[in-house]
Amino acid sequence: MRFGVVVFPGTWSDCDFHYVVSEVLHQPVRYVWHRERELGQLDCVILPGGFSYGDYLRAGAVAGRSPVVEALRDFVGRGGLVLGSCNGFQILCEAGLLPGVLTRNECLQYRCQSTHLVVENVDTPFTRGLRAGQVLTMPISHGEGKYYADAETLARLKQQNLIVFRYASADGKVTKASNPNGSLDNIAGIVNPEGTVLGMMPHPERASETAMGGTDGLLMFQSLLGSLVEDGTFLKR
Amino acid sequence: MKVRVLVRLKPGIMDVQGAAVQRALVGLGFSEIADLRIGKVIDIELDEARPGEARTRVGEMCGQLLANPLLEEYSMEILTDLAPRGVAG
Repeated sequence: MRFGVVVFPGTWSDCDFHYVVSEVLHQPVRYVWHRERELGQLDCVILPGGFSYGDYLRAGAVAGRSPVVEALRDFVGRGGLVLGSCNGFQILCEAGLLPGVLTRNECLQYRCQSTHLVVENVDTPFTRGLRAGQVLTMPISHGEGKYYADAETLARLKQQNLIVFRYASADGKVTKASNPNGSLDNIAGIVNPEGTVLGMMPHPERASETAMGGTDGLLMFQSLLGSLVEDGTFLKR
Repeated sequence: MKVRVLVRLKPGIMDVQGAAVQRALVGLGFSEIADLRIGKVIDIELDEARPGEARTRVGEMCGQLLANPLLEEYSMEILTDLAPRGVAG
């Protein structure tokens, strides 16, 4: 599976994602500069965390209108996979590739901590190797991760089973105390109706080796690899 | 033509930043504050002399980038309209 890792001025998780894909998963990967418009040969594009263009105006706002994100619309239209983590999730929302928006943490603090995520949707290429109700441990690192959407959008997310991860306690209970940023309904990650574009605030790339304190993030990458079948298309559940 | 855009959070959207600043001011003794909300001011200078055209173009800018309609609303004023007569700039 050929991966691309997008680099904006101010991206900071690009090297971590590149490392995990090349050194842990042993898959081909290249950096994609933010001005590129050609994503032709890639199977999965990763939008990493950071502060794209300084996150001026709003987190992800300028990046959401950048040349590479415009190219991403065609890429998604052709069935390409997109994983946005942290700033990548903010960018996907600002670009309108996912519904809703990420706003300032309710506590007003930048939160850099370990979180527990309960898996809600295993019907995506990113989560097909997991089981519903499974609890993953992954770090977050953000100041603007409070997911917000209007009531109509939230109802649609629930009805179509588009919520993938929710912040939970260690035993998988979705509680107010386990919500680190005030996110609506403890939402930590969502997917588009096709299941091909996943946005999440936590960092799977920072939980992909035992030496990093956990490997639950790797389970997502392994799901992805498991969804690619020999003729180059993706397995549909 | 100079246009000033005000972007604010919609009513009903929680403004955690405004609430923190309000608490700080109350702590300084300004206990009469009932509500405080923070917005953004964006001043734009345009190569466009017609106010109607300028408003249309800035409206497009707000729709495409300057404001996120899920959270924010915007208003604008033409600054040259407000300059006192006989005063340059």
